[in-house]
Amino acid sequence: MTAPAKTIPIVRAEPSRAFEFISTKKDELIGWARKFSLFPYPFVTACCAMEFMAVSSTPYDTDRFGAALPRFSPRQSDLLMVVGTITHKQAPVLLKVYEQMCEPKWVMAFGACATSGGFYQNYAALDGIDKIIPVDVYIPGCPPRPETVIDGIMQLQERIARQQHPILTKEF
Amino acid sequence: MSDVLARVQAEMAAAAPDAALSHGVLVLPVAPAQLLEVVKRLKTGFGFDLFLDVTAVDWPGAPLRFEVVYHFYSTRDFVRVRVKTRVAEQDPTVDSLVPLYNSARFMERECHDMYGIVFRGNADLRPILLYEGFVGHPLRKDYPKRKEQPLVPYREGGS
Ligand code: SF4
Repeated sequence: MTAPAKTIPIVRAEPSRAFEFISTKKDELIGWARKFSLFPYPFVTACCAMEFMAVSSTPYDTDRFGAALPRFSPRQSDLLMVVGTITHKQAPVLLKVYEQMCEPKWVMAFGACATSGGFYQNYAALDGIDKIIPVDVYIPGCPPRPETVIDGIMQLQERIARQQHPILTKEF
Repeated sequence: MSDVLARVQAEMAAAAPDAALSHGVLVLPVAPAQLLEVVKRLKTGFGFDLFLDVTAVDWPGAPLRFEVVYHFYSTRDFVRVRVKTRVAEQDPTVDSLVPLYNSARFMERECHDMYGIVFRGNADLRPILLYEGFVGHPLRKDYPKRKEQPLVPYREGGS
């Protein structure tokens, strides 16, 4: 007769009732969730693009801040990153993209050109995107260093964490 | 001077008596009426098969205000020539090079945008770098430096 195989008994422990509930504020909870899931829409027009590539890929990696998954449809994105010079000819396109984004949405002016027009002061260039759309965070530099961009993302995250996040809007 | 350029200069002596070498480029100043003929000869007779660019220079106050400047390159002999012609402000018209070089279609549009040169024979002079509704020619010296023509109305206040 063979001895019965040894089995490891399954112990069904009574679940602990400790830490089953936490209390927080709705705005803090939603802000915390939103600040780590920023889907950027890169509106990339000029030389700042090189720095955008540097900051979004391996060595710097904006994914650490939950902001690395670019969406190329404005309807799926939360953060409009305007990277580079915006000309008057392009301004209507930028405005249309901004208007197509769903709430909540934030805008980053990446680099001197998007912030103020940079050194372009002429018939062709728009003097900063805040002439046509509201901007939440400005990143200085021509082009900005990746550290500066990351700092900008973190400042935006703080801002989102402190914001109110209405669940029901007036239109709803 | 390379052989080819010397031969070009000799042959064009009638049309461009002031031809001279400048930094290795043969410069041929010609009258607008002779432009098409000279360029045709350069293309068919000397192998200048690549049309590099057309642009203009604004000389405010000069009797012939605009100088239209063309560059050609020979992919056979690796040399360049520059052809210049001058037109007056009242009638800044030159012949189009579209019959000789198809690429002239686009380059002439740009020159028309920026300087208002009219290319007789180019049927499509719509804006290519500027936009519909832009008034004036921004690279003319009398275009105000800070004059902008926004397409989108500016927001009140700022961010
Ligand atoms: S800020 Fe500088 S690097 Fe960035 S788009 Fe403008 S000119 Fe280029």
